Amino acid sequence: MTDYMHAFDLYVPASLEDAARLLEEHGENAWIVAGGKDSFDWFKDRHKQPQAVVDIGGLQELHGIRDHGSHIAIGATTTLTEMEESELLGEHFPVLTQAAAQVASPQIRNAGTIGGNVSQDTRCTYYRDGFPCYRAGGNACYANTPTAMNREHALFGVSRCVAVTPSDTAPALVALEAEMVISRNGTLRTVPSEEYFVGPDTDITRMTVLEAGDILVEVRIPWTWAGARSYFEKVADRQTWDFALVNIALVAKTEDNRVADARIACGGVQCTPRRLIEVEDLVKGETVGPDLETLAKRVAARGARALNYNQFKIPLVENLTARAVRSLA
Amino acid sequence: MSEDAPKRAAELGIPEFPPDPADDFEWVPATRQVAGDLPEPPLIDWRTTSSSRRAFLRGVVCSGVAVSASAHLFTVRPSEARAAVRGVERLITLNINGKARRVDVPPSETLAQTIRYRLGLTGTKIGCNRAECGACTVLADDVPIYSCSTLTHQVRGKAITTVEGVAEPDGTLHPVQQAFIDELGPQCGFCTPGQVMSAVGLLKKNPAPTVDQARRALSGNLCRCGAYHHYLAGVMRAAGRA
Repeated sequence: MTDYMHAFDLYVPASLEDAARLLEEHGENAWIVAGGKDSFDWFKDRHKQPQAVVDIGGLQELHGIRDHGSHIAIGATTTLTEMEESELLGEHFPVLTQAAAQVASPQIRNAGTIGGNVSQDTRCTYYRDGFPCYRAGGNACYANTPTAMNREHALFGVSRCVAVTPSDTAPALVALEAEMVISRNGTLRTVPSEEYFVGPDTDITRMTVLEAGDILVEVRIPWTWAGARSYFEKVADRQTWDFALVNIALVAKTEDNRVADARIACGGVQCTPRRLIEVEDLVKGETVGPDLETLAKRVAARGARALNYNQFKIPLVENLTARAVRSLA
Repeated sequence: MSEDAPKRAAELGIPEFPPDPADDFEWVPATRQVAGDLPEPPLIDWRTTSSSRRAFLRGVVCSGVAVSASAHLFTVRPSEARAAVRGVERLITLNINGKARRVDVPPSETLAQTIRYRLGLTGTKIGCNRAECGACTVLADDVPIYSCSTLTHQVRGKAITTVEGVAEPDGTLHPVQQAFIDELGPQCGFCTPGQVMSAVGLLKKNPAPTVDQARRALSGNLCRCGAYHHYLAGVMRAAGRA
């Protein structure tokens, strides 16, 4: 019975304070939606049935892309299409506009928000189908068994759960050293994007640091990597709708064909966007060329442990890394 | 990216797919004139049936409103303190195809359900009901969205356009609709309303798209008959006229 969602109360707060008050009042029963592209699937399947749904999609204070001098602020309810078409982002941070442009399908990008894209739950089919797995509060993993279909699952950072981050913009934000601004009862706090995403070893039941009562307000991109060389590539089974099997985001500063500084992040291989720190360390100070490419490829997937059906992701990560490094030539 | 697809697949170590015929697509205006070659079809007055159906549905919608309105008589009014943080009202006004329609909508109802089952505009189809096929595409303030994965209450205050609202009031088809007919776009026709809305949305934003832009704009609409080329040709044909 997936035609109708369960009956819930819909609240449309007029301000961030009202939204915070609603979340406080309803506690664990509250659920935030903006685009709703992740939420409504949960509701239709009846695996999540919150009583109070708070629609923050209409809050103007959370919407838009602004230049704040020290950083660019992207409001949490800014749609992915708006990001893709933003001249400000396109001029300074093309890696982010490219990532936003490859999310799902045009209609989803028209409604889906950056806040939702980085806060969405994992797409592990067992978890999504309502299996009582670790992530759902149970005591088993159904994706890491001898017969499980796990070609979309993790290579790194497995701790009971083998789910991966589905977001395309998350690796780009991690590469750009973005910061997430979170509001809780009117107080703002800032979390670096690398710490915003949490793995199963930290908390197996959630993907981000957000707790009940928290609202992601905006994403701040510092000017650090503005105008740097960048590369984004997503590999998925199909070009539209599909989540990445592996995606890679690279930003780098080069001087005379020499890499001065670089940050590389991969999605789809771990529960959080994975920074390829070994590759970053390797390429810094080196001259771009086939040798560097080969070396980068050799260390890119070091430490990966494949499950039954996802061995193909190891050469995929290596080859994507090689291509990213090649793009700097 | 499509031109070096086999090379990319080889480099990434993923199995090579058969060449995508869509990569070689180049739009050439069709020379055939389907409508001109065939005898005029007999004129059937669709208006009579459709207007009576509309009147019938209007009656259904109104009676629904009456029932829910009377239901308020038997429920306890919320206290003033509670009223401050109450959820949305069920009775709302939607702007659909330029008309204001009063309708009684539960908070959890999707726009596709409201459009089809409460307003009787059954041109909008529900395919997957999960934002994965595009049959339910409508325009909200000229932006294509999936109505199956949007709450009706989320689009209050926006101008909704469904496939019923793109033709002229006198029945003249929208250039996109006419071009889809000329290029033989619809086969089974189930995805067609969604394809029309995506194409209309594209041409409103970008009246002269390239083939790649058009293909990308229609990429959120599945067609199980596989008539993608026909639709693409239709968009390029309509781009000259819209």
